[in-house]
Amino acid sequence: MDNKIVEKIQFSENVVKLIINSPYIARSRKAGHFVIVRVDEEGERIPLTIAGSHPENGTIMLVIQRVGVSSAKLCDLNVGDTILDIVGPLGEATKIHKVGTILACGGGVGVAPMLPIVEAFKEAGNRVISIIAARTKDLIILEDEIRKHSDEVVIMTDDGSYGNKGLVTKGIEDIVAKEKINEAIVIGPAIMMKFAALTTKKHNIPTQASLNTIMVDGTGMCGACRVSVGGQTKFVCVDGPEFDAHLVDFDEMIERLGAYKDQEIIAHEKHEHKCKSKHQ
Amino acid sequence: MDILDYLKEERNKDWRKNLRSQIKTKDRTKTKKVKMPEENPDIRNTNNIEVNSGLTKEQALLEASRCIDCANPTCITGCPVGINIPKFIKNIESGDFLAAAATLKETNSLPAVCGRVCPQEIQCEEQCFYTTKLKLPPVAIGYLERFAADFEQNSGEISVPQVAEKNNIKIAVIGGGPAGLATATDLIKFGYDVTVFEALHEIGGVLKYGIPEFRLPNTIVDVEINNLKQMGVKFITNFIVGKTASFDDLRKEGFKAFFVASGAGLPNFMNIPGENFINIFSSNEYLTRVNLMNAANDNFDTPVFSGENVAIIGGGNTAMDSVRMAKRLGAKRAMIVYRRSREEMPARVEEVKHAIEEGIEFLNLHNPIEYFADEKRRVKSMKLQKMELGEPDDSGRRRPVPIEGAIEEIDVDTVVVAVGVSPNPLIPRSLSDLEVSKWGTIIVNDDMQSSIEDIFAGGDIVRGGATVILAMGDGRKAAIGINKYIKQKIKK
Ligand SMILES: Cc1cc2nc3c(=O)[nH]c(=O)nc-3n(C[C@H](O)[C@H](O)[C@H](O)COP(=O)(O)OP(=O)(O)OC[C@H]3O[C@@H](n4cnc5c(N)ncnc54)[C@H](O)[C@@H]3O)c2cc1C
Ligand code: FES
Repeated sequence: MDNKIVEKIQFSENVVKLIINSPYIARSRKAGHFVIVRVDEEGERIPLTIAGSHPENGTIMLVIQRVGVSSAKLCDLNVGDTILDIVGPLGEATKIHKVGTILACGGGVGVAPMLPIVEAFKEAGNRVISIIAARTKDLIILEDEIRKHSDEVVIMTDDGSYGNKGLVTKGIEDIVAKEKINEAIVIGPAIMMKFAALTTKKHNIPTQASLNTIMVDGTGMCGACRVSVGGQTKFVCVDGPEFDAHLVDFDEMIERLGAYKDQEIIAHEKHEHKCKSKHQ
Repeated sequence: MDILDYLKEERNKDWRKNLRSQIKTKDRTKTKKVKMPEENPDIRNTNNIEVNSGLTKEQALLEASRCIDCANPTCITGCPVGINIPKFIKNIESGDFLAAAATLKETNSLPAVCGRVCPQEIQCEEQCFYTTKLKLPPVAIGYLERFAADFEQNSGEISVPQVAEKNNIKIAVIGGGPAGLATATDLIKFGYDVTVFEALHEIGGVLKYGIPEFRLPNTIVDVEINNLKQMGVKFITNFIVGKTASFDDLRKEGFKAFFVASGAGLPNFMNIPGENFINIFSSNEYLTRVNLMNAANDNFDTPVFSGENVAIIGGGNTAMDSVRMAKRLGAKRAMIVYRRSREEMPARVEEVKHAIEEGIEFLNLHNPIEYFADEKRRVKSMKLQKMELGEPDDSGRRRPVPIEGAIEEIDVDTVVVAVGVSPNPLIPRSLSDLEVSKWGTIIVNDDMQSSIEDIFAGGDIVRGGATVILAMGDGRKAAIGINKYIKQKIKK
């Protein structure tokens, strides 16, 4: 359990893939599980969905987007570095079954946690259609891996720099117009999941969303991760992370995600400042 | 030997007889109860320094002399782990403080912790001869316990208890809180190969993430944990049994029995409108951010929000810790909102006293019924229902009933909900054969054995939110139960 980074790939300026030694988690994790990571003594505990694992090598794959201080610290680590704490696998695994045709919609780095789910649904004998959506071409990640496990892949970019131009919702509409979808899963930024869910609801497609709320412990101990689902409070870390997307109160979730925005901005500036002074 | 015979034998030792003869009982009872030295309330409520600074040697000697070394020491009956109280106190009186600490450790592996956080007023001190017969303030057993334990910690001569010859039988302890630590201590003494698995990145359970520094400094807990490490207990952090590895995985790795001490980590909410607004936290989240993640220290990345008008809902230790923390984080108004009255508060009496001194407001007989938020969904006010006390309920406390129409609204920018905890569901969910009660607590027999033969359990996961000392008592009982179970297995 040494948490050592054995491989690092820079997907784009702000997105990296890390392969990390973590034999127990590599063996136990299933599609949909996540880990909580603390980079160093001063670090926060942040949740990251496991994008894949190699049980024989004892490694797990995480994909990280630089947003705040903690993710920036992670992105700056290199091969040979060790992450102080990794705990997991957490959450309930995705319920994988054979239903017919699955539509998997991933937005931004949400494609990373979507990969093992796509893989598992395919393996269970489903027809899998994947939509990979991002703002622009550079932010499309894991396309080859998703293609390997999908029957059909649609790429959507907001600016049309790659694939089709438009939001994920347009991608969904186009596919629904062509064929019957039995179930959908959406993973990505909260706002994207909100609108994707509205679209699938319109077409009565049962849909799961994998939620990425603020967390502290990840074991049900604090309630920082709570969301309203069908009017009931749920803890994402132990009851989720996947919920019926049509019942999730995304507006509440989006506001709660912004709870520490002011503090985050200050912390980020401080971190950037520290890094700059270090490099000088 | 029978416990009563043991107590008698100890009491009849010459040094004890000598001490008793030195001061007349009547004179002993004339001495006034010691006053714990405390930090100034107006200064301490702005920092994290421990409030009680501990008795001086002179104070401890004098207080120890109040104990009349009763022939029938009823105080012991009030102690969940049965500390030989007169013996440790008489050791203090005779000036042998290390012997006093050793006496504590015969039955309590965390005396420095218990001396600080036990509700002595409803345990040993309630059964003290002074309380029951003389109607005088009891001997300050808790303060003396802390004195002896601290003396040992600071002496550099911590006694590492004797450990039996290793038997190489592997036992897994799940959870590094007081229940887990107590079992680990006894099992390692019996000669087992003990590994403690802890979900968080720190060992200590509630002692680390819940109870704040100003009441229980982390260094105190760390000394005890290091002590266990020296005795050979292995600690693995960031390891969630049932997730990181299953019970079956661990059985395959050779573990012969398990002690589940996973605590009551699931915070309750009241399920009233608006409870998910921003800046409404569970007490666990609020305290964890500050205690475990150091959020109040600028050098750490974890943030904590603490505003000017902070309301804490509840009347237990967790509520007191949270409200006093809010004050320390800069609240102008830090208030307790509690639906019963002061008398029914389950918090330790000393914590309530300290809170009052520190300028905490008490809105007793008030119950929140709804929260309101600003346009960014941040909580801005709360609606309170005034209550009065009716007939006693199952717990024997008078039931609070709403006074019709008596409703008020107050401004708040932070709310901390401290209305109790439920058992952590991770382990029960990972074991379909495990018998649990309708509250989710693990059901055990007298040996603390669960419905699965090799799995024992104790502490808050069995009792629901209780106390440190009861958790430790369970841990010790489970160690005996596990030992018995293993012995039977080997015979077969
Ligand atoms: C703020 C606060 C103040 C308190 N004040 C007092 C007081 O003054 N006096 C008093 O007597 N009591 C007090 N209590 C109650 C007391 O702390 C608890 O009763 C006691 O800690 C219970 O001990 P435990 O060992 O059962 O559980 P805990 O201390 O909760 O420890 C359980 C541990 O198990 C870990 N765990 C859970 N699941 C797993 C798993 N699957 N694998 C590995 N590890 C796992 C958890 O992370 C945790 O560290 C207080 C509680 C709180 C929250
Ligand atoms: S992250 Fe603490 S309860 Fe979910």
